[in-house]
Amino acid sequence: MDRRKFLKLAGVGAGGIMLPVYGVPVSAAQLASNGMDVGQKKVLADVVLNTARKAGASYTDVRIGRYLNQFVMTRETNVENIVNTESFGAGIRVIANGTWGFAATNDLTPDGVARAARQAVAVARANAKYQSEPVQLAPVKGVGEVSWQTPIQKNAIQVPISEKVDYLMEVNNSALNAGASFINSALYLVNEQKYFASSDGSYIDQDVHRLWAPMQVTAVDKKSGVFKTRDGLSTPVGLGYEYLDGREEDKIHGQTTLYKDSYDMVEDAQLAAEQAKAKLSAKSIEPGKYDLVLEPLHLRLTIHESVGHPLELDRVLGYEANYAGTSFATLDKWRSGKFKYGSDKVNFFADRTQPGSLGAVGYDDEGVQAKRWDLVKDGILVNYQATRDQVHMIDQNESHGCSYADSWSSVQFQRMPNVSLAPGKEKYSVKDMIRDVEKGIYILGRGSYSIDQQRYNFQFGGQLFYEIKNGEIVGQVEDVAYQSNTQEFWNSCSAICDESDYRLGGTFFDGKGQPSQVSAVSHGCATSRFDQINVINTKRKIS
Amino acid sequence: MAILSRSEAKRILDKVLKYSKAEAASAQLTGAETGNIRYARNSVSTSGVVNDIELAVEARFGKKSGIATINEFSDASLEKVMRRAEELAKLSPDNPEAMPLLGKQKYMSVDGFAKSTADMTPDQRAKAAADSIIAAKEKKVVAAGYLEDARSFAAVANTNGLFGYHAATSANFTVTMRTENGLGSGWAQSDVSDFAAMDTGSVSGVAIDKAVMSQEARALEPGKYTVILEPSAVSGLVGFMMWNYDARSADEGRSFMSKKGGGNRIGEKMFDKRVHIYSDPADLNVPAMPWAEDDHMALERVDWIKDGVVQNLPRSRYWASQSEEKAIPQGNNLIMVGGDKSTAELIKNTRRGVLVTRTWYIRMVDPQSLLLTGLTRDGTFYIENGKIKYPIKNFRFNESPVIMLNNIEEMGRAERVGMWGYSAMIPALKVRDFTFSSLSDAV
Repeated sequence: MDRRKFLKLAGVGAGGIMLPVYGVPVSAAQLASNGMDVGQKKVLADVVLNTARKAGASYTDVRIGRYLNQFVMTRETNVENIVNTESFGAGIRVIANGTWGFAATNDLTPDGVARAARQAVAVARANAKYQSEPVQLAPVKGVGEVSWQTPIQKNAIQVPISEKVDYLMEVNNSALNAGASFINSALYLVNEQKYFASSDGSYIDQDVHRLWAPMQVTAVDKKSGVFKTRDGLSTPVGLGYEYLDGREEDKIHGQTTLYKDSYDMVEDAQLAAEQAKAKLSAKSIEPGKYDLVLEPLHLRLTIHESVGHPLELDRVLGYEANYAGTSFATLDKWRSGKFKYGSDKVNFFADRTQPGSLGAVGYDDEGVQAKRWDLVKDGILVNYQATRDQVHMIDQNESHGCSYADSWSSVQFQRMPNVSLAPGKEKYSVKDMIRDVEKGIYILGRGSYSIDQQRYNFQFGGQLFYEIKNGEIVGQVEDVAYQSNTQEFWNSCSAICDESDYRLGGTFFDGKGQPSQVSAVSHGCATSRFDQINVINTKRKIS
Repeated sequence: MAILSRSEAKRILDKVLKYSKAEAASAQLTGAETGNIRYARNSVSTSGVVNDIELAVEARFGKKSGIATINEFSDASLEKVMRRAEELAKLSPDNPEAMPLLGKQKYMSVDGFAKSTADMTPDQRAKAAADSIIAAKEKKVVAAGYLEDARSFAAVANTNGLFGYHAATSANFTVTMRTENGLGSGWAQSDVSDFAAMDTGSVSGVAIDKAVMSQEARALEPGKYTVILEPSAVSGLVGFMMWNYDARSADEGRSFMSKKGGGNRIGEKMFDKRVHIYSDPADLNVPAMPWAEDDHMALERVDWIKDGVVQNLPRSRYWASQSEEKAIPQGNNLIMVGGDKSTAELIKNTRRGVLVTRTWYIRMVDPQSLLLTGLTRDGTFYIENGKIKYPIKNFRFNESPVIMLNNIEEMGRAERVGMWGYSAMIPALKVRDFTFSSLSDAV
């Protein structure tokens, strides 16, 4: 009761997740209603900026945010839960005496926000006593009054609940008809209506939308006591309800059907049921060294953990030492200009402008315009992800636009932008790649994942595993996990498919900070090959 | 305002329920004031206080239910929130698994409210951080830490006459100390109800010693080792197991607690005979709210595992109604009974082994066997002939807590740790044949 609320979500992701819930429950109709008028927000923002300046702040920003969530959760023929939440308030951040101060309020009257502005200045002054590194902000030119919206075609929050329930029931029936023992399916919809203003002269109104349609199908053989699961092969997206259109042109037919810019959940539910059943009798993998062919939905998680996180500058500098950890990608390695993060084929870039991605915005949560930049070029580490108060520490004077807060009541800090692996430059298909493998495993979908606190040693599972022998897939296998070290792994990357296979995949709930905050981020890549990776067998007996 | 007394809370709940025109209604009033301070690189980075109070009202019509919430308590607001819950209930689809609201409950009396925590000020938080930073600077190490404290209450009532009130305080402190050369890292924690019992300086001292001692770690070959897992290291694995400990998934055949051929494993001896794990809201070390958060059913002391035998599994009221078994809510705390030895004594009795301070980034690998993977972190040492010989590099483990709890050699004293959103008493364990599958270079 004194900690953040969580919905326990066993059964819709690998191993069950804790879903953080913000805001208060409201009706679906209230979610679809318009919030406060932008003119009123500007009046309140100006009250904050003026009050803080008079109280002694040398810099102020205010975020007036309305955060909407809708979760629809089902199992088999039942709706388990429908949750609609709304959270509305203002977060005020100031610099006074060279120190950050923050205060937040849900009292959105001129008096209420002015009081919070003065509180933020008072907090900054109090903290200045224990602060030995005065804040240095990279310059940002005010942009005046501007707005940005996620380019959606169909606002998912405005689609009637009954339509969503009917769709998930169709999905569940599809799995049950195909022989699934159980299915959990869900829709998570997020809309962040964020108004940002700063003493630099920016007034930025943004409307950000995200959607996720996860499911998990279980096949049980009661006689033998064996059960297997297969998660859906969708991805969270920065798109509207049109993502669920399942357009034929977005389907990639192969070992199973994979999806690009839209998803056919009903079809995938049927395939999931068939494949979960096939897992019950699949061969258990022989441990050893294999060449791995990693499908984008799978590889994006490896990128997230082994590239996205270690290149967060706050981790590198030690600000996350007590929680998420630090990083092996230290400043001396970057300064050398020679640190070989990966093979020559490996190019990573950060990009907050990619349409359909979870990290896409017009401006970040400190008013910096979204952009693209290189992190690893031809295998060499060239840059990090940073915010306005960090870039001076890497001898740069322009922020990368990586600031984000998960609520109006949370203080914004450095979060991961979309970090992607550039596709191969030469024409090369998944079929070509498999043909070139003598002894390998083709791994699809996101499974178990774990990495150390400096991002060296990792272990990943998956959803579907197919054994490759002499250029051909010979059958489904199970009990597969691979272990490697970040630098060795990316240096073993020997081939990347071309742009036609490139697609985005993301994660909805990336956790960091104390108190912990979540953020959503996407990673693009094409199917890639990694040579001679250590594969372990994960089967155990407990009785 | 965030903390209401029993009578203030009851007055609001009684009033809002009087406005109900639904077949049945329930209401829950919760409030908390949470303070925090965070520091890194020997410098305070952020701190804040958040006040939050909320009334949630649920209206029922048959199998339909609607919930609405509000944070103001005038008569007009209370009537409005009830009307809104009723409207939402009428619009909602039937929930086939809905159970009728509970009648009067007898809640255990729990004392978990400490004045010293309730009265905490920003200056005390700043001093707690300063005590840690000063200790770090003296030993030339770099501190990163986080202190969070809360005073809170919850009150519940329904139209069947149910009423309960509970107030609590808590404070949790974690700190990581790293040597300036980046070669050593140590961690320690303190989880209390009463802030007077917390000394961030001495907790920091433990982390500093580990950081200094863990420099220049040697590499041991991965394999099966006898390990001494400190309480925080044990809690990572046991917490994961209890998170997946549930009657319904077991009965459905999709859990490590499922029985071959159908049913669950209640009554089976699955663990070492010394394993005794239970929940008890009135436990003096880890007092907890005496009702279940979802339906307000009264919690009792319940043994989950005793003498190594599975005694009970949490079972929702709906699932109990399907199987004519007793409904047992999940606990709000966890107590694993330990022995009477300190960690130092466990080390003394060990010929060869590995001491693990903490486990990290634990994820499910296979739900069938509850195989988990994760890493050691912030203080891993080699033990030989009863003494810590030298620091060693961190390991990745692939191990099932079910196997771990079968391989117990010795148990240490239980300590209070923060775990999975609640507090638990967990002992240090000496375990044989713990599976380390690869080395990590992380410090």
